Amino acid sequence: MTAFFDILIGGVFHAAVLFLVAAGLQLVFGVQKIVNLACGSFYALGAYFGISAVNWTIAAGMPPALFLPVLLVSGLALGVIGPLIEALLATVYHRDEAFQLLLTFALVLMFQDILRFFWGANPQQLGDLVMTYGKLSVGKVQVPAYNVLVIAASIAIAVGIGAFLQKTRFGRILRATAENREMSQALGVNVRWMYASVFTLGTVLGTVGGALVVPTAAASLDMPVELVVEAFAVVVIGGLGSMRGALVGALIVGLMRAAAISWYAELEMLAIYLVVIVVLVARPAGLFGKPIE
Amino acid sequence: MRAGFALVAVAALVVLPSLATPYYVTLVLPALAYSIALLGFNLLFGYTGLLSFGHALFVAIGAYAAAVLSSKLGVKSFELILLASGAAAVAAAIPVALISVRYEKIFFGILTLAFGMLFHSFLFKFYDITGGDTGIRVLRPSLFGRAYAELDKTAFLVGPFYYYCVALLAVLGFAMWRLVRSPFGLHLVATRENRRKSEYLGVRVRLFRLIAFAISAFYCAIGGVILAINTGQSDPELAYWTHSGELVFMTVLGGFANFLGPVVGAFSFIFLKSELMGMTQYWRFWMGLVLVLIVVLFPRGLVGLGQDLWIRVRRP
Repeated sequence: MTAFFDILIGGVFHAAVLFLVAAGLQLVFGVQKIVNLACGSFYALGAYFGISAVNWTIAAGMPPALFLPVLLVSGLALGVIGPLIEALLATVYHRDEAFQLLLTFALVLMFQDILRFFWGANPQQLGDLVMTYGKLSVGKVQVPAYNVLVIAASIAIAVGIGAFLQKTRFGRILRATAENREMSQALGVNVRWMYASVFTLGTVLGTVGGALVVPTAAASLDMPVELVVEAFAVVVIGGLGSMRGALVGALIVGLMRAAAISWYAELEMLAIYLVVIVVLVARPAGLFGKPIE
Repeated sequence: MRAGFALVAVAALVVLPSLATPYYVTLVLPALAYSIALLGFNLLFGYTGLLSFGHALFVAIGAYAAAVLSSKLGVKSFELILLASGAAAVAAAIPVALISVRYEKIFFGILTLAFGMLFHSFLFKFYDITGGDTGIRVLRPSLFGRAYAELDKTAFLVGPFYYYCVALLAVLGFAMWRLVRSPFGLHLVATRENRRKSEYLGVRVRLFRLIAFAISAFYCAIGGVILAINTGQSDPELAYWTHSGELVFMTVLGGFANFLGPVVGAFSFIFLKSELMGMTQYWRFWMGLVLVLIVVLFPRGLVGLGQDLWIRVRRP
């Protein structure tokens, strides 16, 4: 029972972080039809920058217990790179999607060395700050309170995005643009501006995800390329472009990974990718995706 | 003119070892390997219009087949290794292609990426079978039954093995040239340009794409065998998705719209990477920047750039 609970909490925690990155990927794909391989690089940037931000603020006299808000703010602040990268991508919107994919691959290569330049090749950690929040006991099981907070934060963000997309004026325009770009342009939507905002939002989701995960795991240079693999599994299982798909996909991948690690570690990625292939063969568009032509 | 260019290129490759230092000759070996692999890859990407982000899978199959055959099964003959590795890649490509060619565009790319990562995690995790992250050693093969035991490793690689690979590139390159000019190749281009129209005309789109996929896998495996013998090791990184990305990078760097573009791309990529690695530890950044420039400013690659310059020179 305890083992089962560990898997559940570990899996849901991982899913919470994966959901953030995958949601960013889905937003950008849904509206701009670009699969952003650099989503993992944003995530790693968020993690590294989060460590530095927490270390600076603690050195400046901040009580360690406030590290969670600092991480959130540092993740949000990294959104400034969004418009810059979107401006670069804008140069190839009119080209074949192979070029768009390759451009994001170029970003992966460049970010790898940008991270190495600023933070060095050795993995970075935040020490045991997580423990300042103590542990929650559920029956016999103890869970770090921080993990529960992150899960709660992720759920809050998921609900927030949902409400934002469904209820607000901007959300409706965004969905209309995703549905039919030419038509919304004809109706007066500033698509250039829409693309820049969506890409920035996608970037922020990635950097916040990275910032939130870093107290529990080391930030390393392998982080970007490894995360892409999982985030891709999430969006393919859930269906490209679908937010609900990102949520369900993240839960499936997170729980499966946690289960595989505790039962049969060899199966970790293998199991996840087998699910991906089974889903694609049985339901080509993913669980919640729109049917492909 | 293209035939003349190809002949000059082969002649240059043949005389290169007597002019350049052994270091540069050992650099040419991976360039030859990638040239062969990319000629196959571009049948799928350039001619058929399907972008695979998982073709490193077949490079890795070639490399691991060479490793298993040479160090576990004791097979020494290079010819046998090439044929068996190519056959293994085709055997793996058929089920992968059966599923993947139902899709196009980004879905095709993601699905092939998934298959590549599936194989990577198998190589990485199943230590007992695959040697885990260290991989399996690849022993020196014999060429046409000759072991060349009197030569040390470098002398073998830059000597007989090098010429063998140049010949392989010439033969496989010629075969691919005939293939893309054949009715089969024209069918592929037709399905790329207008899938529905070619279906109406009776082209069996999926079957042709499946065959193109299998051929590209065969070429990638041959490239993988050469790579593995050159380094003496096959490791799981060969199957990683970033390696697949590098294959696309090289093809676009050279120019996928041109038959020899991938070869130009392979050579430029290998030499650029080696020069940059000698200059700075941040070579990935500069390679990324090169890719950005190519994608944004020169989408037709180095060959396209050369053609533009040539036209400008001839018409002042």
